[in-house]
Amino acid sequence: MIYRTISDYMFAIEIENLTKKFGDFTAVDSISLKIKRGEIFGLLGPNGAGKTTTISMLSTLIRPTSGIARVAGYDVLKDPLKVRQNIGIVFQEPSVDDLLTGRENLELHAMLYGMDRKEMNERIDEMLNLVELSDRADDLVRKYSGGMRRRLEIARGLLHTPKILFLDEPTLGLDPASRRTIWHYIETITKEKKITTILTTHYLEEADSLCDRIAIIDKGRIVVEGTSNELKSKIGEDIIRLTGSISISNLRRLKCVKKINSEPGKNHVDLVVEDAAKNLQKVLSIAGKVDSVEVRRVSLDDVFLHYTGRYIHEENGEDSIMNRIATYRSNR
Amino acid sequence: MGLSGVYAIWLREIKVFIREKERVISSFVSPLLWLFIFGGGISGSIGGESGYQEFIFPGILTMSILFSSIFFGVYIIWDRKLDFLKEVLVAPVSRSTVFFGKLLGGMTDAMIHGIILLLLGYIFIVQFPLISFLPAILIMLLITWSMVSLGLVIGANMSTQEGFGLVQNFVIWPLFFFSGALFDVSSSNLPDFIKTISHLDPLTYGVDALRTVIIGEGAFPILLDISVLVVFGLVCSYIGIISFGRMQQIK
Ligand SMILES: Nc1ncnc2c1ncn2[C@@H]1O[C@H](COP(=O)(O)OP(=O)(O)OP(=O)(O)O)[C@@H](O)[C@H]1O
Ligand SMILES: [Mg+2]
Repeated sequence: MIYRTISDYMFAIEIENLTKKFGDFTAVDSISLKIKRGEIFGLLGPNGAGKTTTISMLSTLIRPTSGIARVAGYDVLKDPLKVRQNIGIVFQEPSVDDLLTGRENLELHAMLYGMDRKEMNERIDEMLNLVELSDRADDLVRKYSGGMRRRLEIARGLLHTPKILFLDEPTLGLDPASRRTIWHYIETITKEKKITTILTTHYLEEADSLCDRIAIIDKGRIVVEGTSNELKSKIGEDIIRLTGSISISNLRRLKCVKKINSEPGKNHVDLVVEDAAKNLQKVLSIAGKVDSVEVRRVSLDDVFLHYTGRYIHEENGEDSIMNRIATYRSNR
Repeated sequence: MGLSGVYAIWLREIKVFIREKERVISSFVSPLLWLFIFGGGISGSIGGESGYQEFIFPGILTMSILFSSIFFGVYIIWDRKLDFLKEVLVAPVSRSTVFFGKLLGGMTDAMIHGIILLLLGYIFIVQFPLISFLPAILIMLLITWSMVSLGLVIGANMSTQEGFGLVQNFVIWPLFFFSGALFDVSSSNLPDFIKTISHLDPLTYGVDALRTVIIGEGAFPILLDISVLVVFGLVCSYIGIISFGRMQQIK
């Protein structure tokens, strides 16, 4: 076939050796990825890993330094307008207009995406309802709380039912109940309408339950990629957490202990072990003075720690978005 | 270029403009001070020459338009920093659509200022023939067009907030002072270098055109004035569209 039409591209997103440099600093370092249509794909990584920069390149906001990225079959450099017609995005940073009402923000969006009046009003009511902002729709966004703004932005990103949706920390700053509602909705609507979704989040357990596939990105590079189960089984099966005065050097000698993680300032260590049920006795016999023991399955947090050498601290993320909203308010 | 996109962006600008009441009100204060205190004061101290207030009226009118136009344009640095523009930049509209939406928004903003000041001037300072309102407004449109474009060019190419001060000192004030808003550029008493720079200042021709239609005195033929404004407007718009095309998100 000579012409590529919207319906015959295989992958929603294809990235080859995508790189972004800011001066000498390489924010995204030659990453390659293929994301299938209809997939929910999680991009996880610590602060500064390059997640937002990657999403910015895919959404045509910044130009890659080198490499190729195709979104919905269109090259981001050659066909930016076509790319933009196919995507929706919820930015990490606040981007709704303070001096407009919630509804006006959505109307602006609908007009920019060429929706007609009738469709526009229906969709807006539907989305406002969904994010539970119907009764505040005609208030200025300036009067919204941080969480309300976030919900409005999510409504906006979904308003025009994009084929591909980018969610950059979509639930940052939301309370657990709203987070669950939003994720539930994102999951339903994206599965139902076959919207390919690329999300970044600091909430690993949410990524775990939601994402079909996950890539962990650190210092601009993809360190590992796969389904959540694949990632977990790569590093081991169980975690034993020992609290007390633990002799790490003794534990190092055990074959069944694959990895020892200790956090400075805490008096517990986490051991990644092959088969905790079988080996627990052996571990305890040489571990030193143990006050308490906890055994659990490997989680995405452990995968994250294993590959990046860091714990992911949710509070930081939440803190920073709230700070950002605060500075952004005082700046206006 | 999509008209509905232009309309959407324009509408946003107008709503924001109307809601920032402090900004609207404060932007009237300085032209009125200039007009009544400076103009009135100088006329008063010169004595018999009551014409100075009338003479500088077109200049002050231009100043008011100049300030609101350029600041509107430079304001997009702020937009870019605070991510309002992101929403527009990822929308499926071309960059020239974004440029024209912004341009029309800024022109509307500046024209509202200009027309109010024109009416005040008509009531308190100089009773020009009513028929002159039309050409005056057309000339003001040309000035706002070129100055908002200039502001957008600057805003699209600068990335720091400190830019505001720089723009004020190195763009707005020089454009204003050399434009003959406060003096007669054709006067033979003028030092040569001021005269030369004045002739290179595009705003000179805006002031001159307004002066021609409002008080009937001009240094240059009106056609020359209009041609300079049109050429300058075209150049700035052209550079503006290119700059918007290149514009990237800044942190
Ligand atoms: N415009 C820019 N100029 C210079 N450096 C930048 C720019 N944008 C991002 N960076 C740098 O690139 C790196 C990656 O930033 P990015 O925002 O993509 O990280 P992230 O993974 O989204 O982090 P977070 O979890 O904090 O959102 C950071 O070190 C950041 O400082
Ligand atoms: Mg980010």
